[in-house]
Amino acid sequence: MSATTARSWFSSAAGPNEPSGRRVGRDAPQKWGSPFTYFVALLFIGVCIAPVIYIVIGGFRTNSQITTSPAGLPHPWITANYVNVLKSSRFWGEFANSVLVALASTVGIVVLGLMVSFVIARYDFKLKGAMYSLFAAGLMFPMVIAITPLYIVVKDLGLVDNLLGVIVPQIAFGLPTTVIILVPFLRAIPNEIEEAAAIDGTSRLGFFVRMVIPLSLPGVVTVGILAFIGSWNNYVLPLYILNSQANFTLPLGVQAFSSQYSTDTAKVLAFTSLAMLPALIFFSIFEKRIVGGLTGAVKG
Amino acid sequence: MSDTLGTDTAIGRQSQGTSRVGGAATPPTSPRAASRRRGRAKMRLEIALLSGPAILMFLAFVIFPVALAAYYGFYRWHGYGAPTDWVGLNNYKLILTDPAFQQVLKHSFMIMGLSLVIQGPLAIILALLLNQKIRGRSVIRVLIFVPYIISEVIVGTGWSLMLQGNGAMNDLLRQIGLGSLQADWLSDPKLAIWTLMAIISWKYIGFAVILMLAGLQSIPEELFEAAQIDGASYWQIQRRITLPLLGPTIRIWAFLSIIGSLQLFDLVYIIWGQYVSGTAGTSTMAIYMLAQGRNAGNYGYGSAIAVVMFLISLIVALIYQRVVLRRDLRGAVTEGTV
Repeated sequence: MSATTARSWFSSAAGPNEPSGRRVGRDAPQKWGSPFTYFVALLFIGVCIAPVIYIVIGGFRTNSQITTSPAGLPHPWITANYVNVLKSSRFWGEFANSVLVALASTVGIVVLGLMVSFVIARYDFKLKGAMYSLFAAGLMFPMVIAITPLYIVVKDLGLVDNLLGVIVPQIAFGLPTTVIILVPFLRAIPNEIEEAAAIDGTSRLGFFVRMVIPLSLPGVVTVGILAFIGSWNNYVLPLYILNSQANFTLPLGVQAFSSQYSTDTAKVLAFTSLAMLPALIFFSIFEKRIVGGLTGAVKG
Repeated sequence: MSDTLGTDTAIGRQSQGTSRVGGAATPPTSPRAASRRRGRAKMRLEIALLSGPAILMFLAFVIFPVALAAYYGFYRWHGYGAPTDWVGLNNYKLILTDPAFQQVLKHSFMIMGLSLVIQGPLAIILALLLNQKIRGRSVIRVLIFVPYIISEVIVGTGWSLMLQGNGAMNDLLRQIGLGSLQADWLSDPKLAIWTLMAIISWKYIGFAVILMLAGLQSIPEELFEAAQIDGASYWQIQRRITLPLLGPTIRIWAFLSIIGSLQLFDLVYIIWGQYVSGTAGTSTMAIYMLAQGRNAGNYGYGSAIAVVMFLISLIVALIYQRVVLRRDLRGAVTEGTV
């Protein structure tokens, strides 16, 4: 089982990379397009990337460098800020909290979301439409709007200042997007496969475990990445729920750090760029999945 | 939104319909009629087992809190014990007559409108440009998506450092000889909202462009070729073919943007904070809710604000749906005549 999963995961992960690489090669003899397009594209990329680069490079400077020339380059390059942050238990503690919360939320969202999407996509029963509408309507309940009552519920459960108090609501709020993306994916699995499985004596649940999970992996990966990044970046829920610094996730940590060391700009910049790195790495690995998943979601 | 999605999936179902008709009815047409009853019960059990956890979780942490807010909103309540101090609609009266709330309401709607007006056209133009056959398209797509992936906290921290009076932005302007343009980007009440709009556009335009690109790629190339053969100019093609066919994508993006604008919180809270955002003129409804609700310990009042926010979002969404629905119908009719 795990072998098939791994194999199809790898093939599906490598799938889109290969042809696109080949396509670039095939496109090479074609004309370049107008210089104006490249100019606008470069300008656009510059505007998008410059602030990020500023944060990263700023971490390599000293405070006096930043004060005398705020927009300058490091001269000389200093690694002390980054080294200090990487040596601090505070950064790694918050990092560990963020990883734990993101992984737990992602697993919860994917498992529960896949199960309910399977029911909506492949079972015939009266309440099917209502179930789908329920989750679709959930898109209209963004977490920020529900945050005050949500805090009260979490408080009544005794989960304030507990990572579970962040994980559990995140799973609930992640479900609508998951269902919306996964249901079309699961519907698209040909019925012949299900029939063949039925003839072979596989029950529907068996079909779900042995066929649906491997076949829907591309969609699952998309959903999982969105869930992970959403959790990694979530600020408002931890802000309400977590009080003690030992429990802070990175977004809260960045904010606390930057107000505590508001005079030590270079250190803040180093902390900030290290905090954004995991999400960026994660994104650049799975970029095709995210963009592809969004495309699928738009097409419905 | 649920309606737009509904129609989308309905179309999806139609297109798959032919292949599904046979298979959809698998359980009733199973050969052994005797075991059908048992199969039914088993199927119910499976449905309950598979969908139960997600639905319970969703009801408990998404739907229930909102319902609870409607209840607490009628009380003056500080969060301890059961609420007893019934005040009727007083909380709502206070919210709607509070000048501070009217301010944040104005800001929220301004941000909503400006986001649509600034990002929409810009995203469409950029997507049209980037949709041409140029080199490095996949790299471009990754890079313009970066601001969207980075968390609001980091974006806010970085921008507030750059936009300080003695920050990098003013220094850069001085260095390139535009020193006269130096400004107090964050605290000047006349400027702050535009600074916020610039940061919002920077953060979310990549997402809009990616959506539009996805929409553009689903338009069949034959249409453009046919129009070209008929002698249509580039702009005619964009106006008559691309924009109408991009309609569904634009409408979904606009909906996401509207809901996002109405719940804007992180960026403003990080850059301006609870108090400065009020004087700088950038405070939003969610900031007001945090300040007057949790931070002031007035959970009854905070719940009432949550209800007001929810109702405003709902009304806006419903109005939007009406407009969109009518447009989609009109689109369908014209498509039919073509």
